[in-house]
Amino acid sequence: MTQTVAEPPPAAGAAPDERLARQSPLRRLLGRPELGALLGAVALFVFFSIVADAFLQTGSFSTVLYASSTFGIMAVGVSLLMIGGEFDLSAGVMVTSAALIAALTAYQLTLNVWAGVVISLVLTLALGMVNGILYVKTKLPSFIITLATFFMLAGLNLGVTKALTGNVASDSVRDMDGFDTARSIFASDVDVLGVNVKITVFWWLLFVAVATWLLLRTRVGNWIFAAGGSADSARAVGVPVARVKIGLFMGVAFCAWFSGMHLVFAFATVQSGEGVGNEFLYIICAVIGGCLLSGGYGSAIGAAIGAFIFGMTNKGIVYAEWNPDWFRFFLGAMLLIATVVNLIVRRRVERSS
Amino acid sequence: MTDTKEAPLIRLAGVGKNYGNVIALRDVTLQASAGEVTCVLGDNGAGKSTLIKVVAGLHRHDTGTYEVEGEEVAFGSPRDALDRGIATVYQDLAVVPLMPVWRNFFLGSEKRKGIGRMDVEFMRTTTHGEMAAMGIDLRDVNQPIGTLSGGERQCVAIARAVYFGAKALVLDEPTAALGVKQAGVVLRYIVQARERGLAVVFITHNPHHAYPVGDRFLILNRGQSIGYHTKDEITRDELTALMAGGSELEELAHELDAAGSETTAGRLAKEAKDLGLTDD
Repeated sequence: MTQTVAEPPPAAGAAPDERLARQSPLRRLLGRPELGALLGAVALFVFFSIVADAFLQTGSFSTVLYASSTFGIMAVGVSLLMIGGEFDLSAGVMVTSAALIAALTAYQLTLNVWAGVVISLVLTLALGMVNGILYVKTKLPSFIITLATFFMLAGLNLGVTKALTGNVASDSVRDMDGFDTARSIFASDVDVLGVNVKITVFWWLLFVAVATWLLLRTRVGNWIFAAGGSADSARAVGVPVARVKIGLFMGVAFCAWFSGMHLVFAFATVQSGEGVGNEFLYIICAVIGGCLLSGGYGSAIGAAIGAFIFGMTNKGIVYAEWNPDWFRFFLGAMLLIATVVNLIVRRRVERSS
Repeated sequence: MTDTKEAPLIRLAGVGKNYGNVIALRDVTLQASAGEVTCVLGDNGAGKSTLIKVVAGLHRHDTGTYEVEGEEVAFGSPRDALDRGIATVYQDLAVVPLMPVWRNFFLGSEKRKGIGRMDVEFMRTTTHGEMAAMGIDLRDVNQPIGTLSGGERQCVAIARAVYFGAKALVLDEPTAALGVKQAGVVLRYIVQARERGLAVVFITHNPHHAYPVGDRFLILNRGQSIGYHTKDEITRDELTALMAGGSELEELAHELDAAGSETTAGRLAKEAKDLGLTDD
């Protein structure tokens, strides 16, 4: 209880205080939010390596990474938002909205696709801002606000697309000006030592790195943790909580825009009904990666590991030649196991330190 | 700090505050000078919270005058009070439990180098140093502040206010939720702050915490001052008696004395009887 009496077992490490000596690297690792996810990822990797012969081939591994990256990019924004204490249920359909905005404006107005890309960026960020401002102004739970925008966007995606094209998909933008350059940015293949790796994998890693730096080394990162951990306390010491939250919703929107652009330039047409349900997959990635549902705790790297787990399961089931219908069952089971492992580990660390 | 001899850091004279037709505070006079601890005592509902909110700038007083260093003020927000060097540490402490101690220490006033980048090393060493200067030897500034004891957390919040240039500290019931030992830690810290030349306003309902550290005592009851004394004018017992409403406590003491002199069985019987009788 008192700070003067150092408890006997965990004594000190080398660095700042002699009482810290006994905190082993293992215990330090155990205290990280990513740990549960890391253990899960290793276990799954070993598991699929054994049961699926094709899993370890470089080609299939690249496919796994690609699947991971498409969800991982969104998981970056979603995990930051969750650390900031909020949900965004509109994230899944917002990806489709972003893609449709770019494809439809470029096609309908016969613009260079880059114009569509920029218009989409502006409008999608505005969507995120609307989510954020609605949340800040009404003080309703973000769950409700974004549930409403989720349905509105899903309806708009279908309605507007049908009204403009008479179809449920947007017209192909493959032959339009700028498609090739845009594709090289958003949806190309990169040759790494003879293996084809999708460019989204590199974007994903970059976004994770930027998000991690932001969280751990900048003032904004401090504010994100504080806004999620205790908004009132943060406000009391002068943190602009409202602006932080709006910014986080816009961060999700940015990721949605990027993912949307990948859809447009990978497939040239966009199915307007897509994206529904994906928001939960992003949240699963973040939660498996150690983000607390209540906010204030988590990491972007954890969310990336969560996305990797997601990608491994998604493709591993195929390589193991199981019925892919089982995928969702495994996903649910994984979520349960990962969160329970997280819980146990955190409790053990808290008790022993 | 040179002119503090002439004008106290904080001076309230005849201050009152109404919430609609409820008079929460009436005609309260108080002063806090550098290097002094002014204790505000009172039972629940005595008006302590209202008084703090006026001092901290959360509410504006309706009557009387509020002077800071001899200059009359009417604060519009806690920020105004902070800018004048009056920092308030509330009961909930305004800390984020899951965040490391050093992040909490600098939250909202992060030290930066370059655009957005925080000077993490500086903040870690400063946090450790500031806590050490106040006699709290933190094992690890990276541990979440929620893992500290209540007293230590209280001390971080106080050290933070001191570090960021507070000249006057207003502490809202810092010892209320603490055990005996932890309360001792906080009291020692209050003395440290006084020694550093700060004016401390210490709100509490525990005269045993107030008496050892206080230089002046303001006792509130039902929104009014029922006593304002310097330490040499009052004893601990008088303070306790005054605070508990005097006669009520005496009555209670008599009951307890009487009960103590009887056998256990008799005491229990009397207690049972008294419970019905004393509540008139």
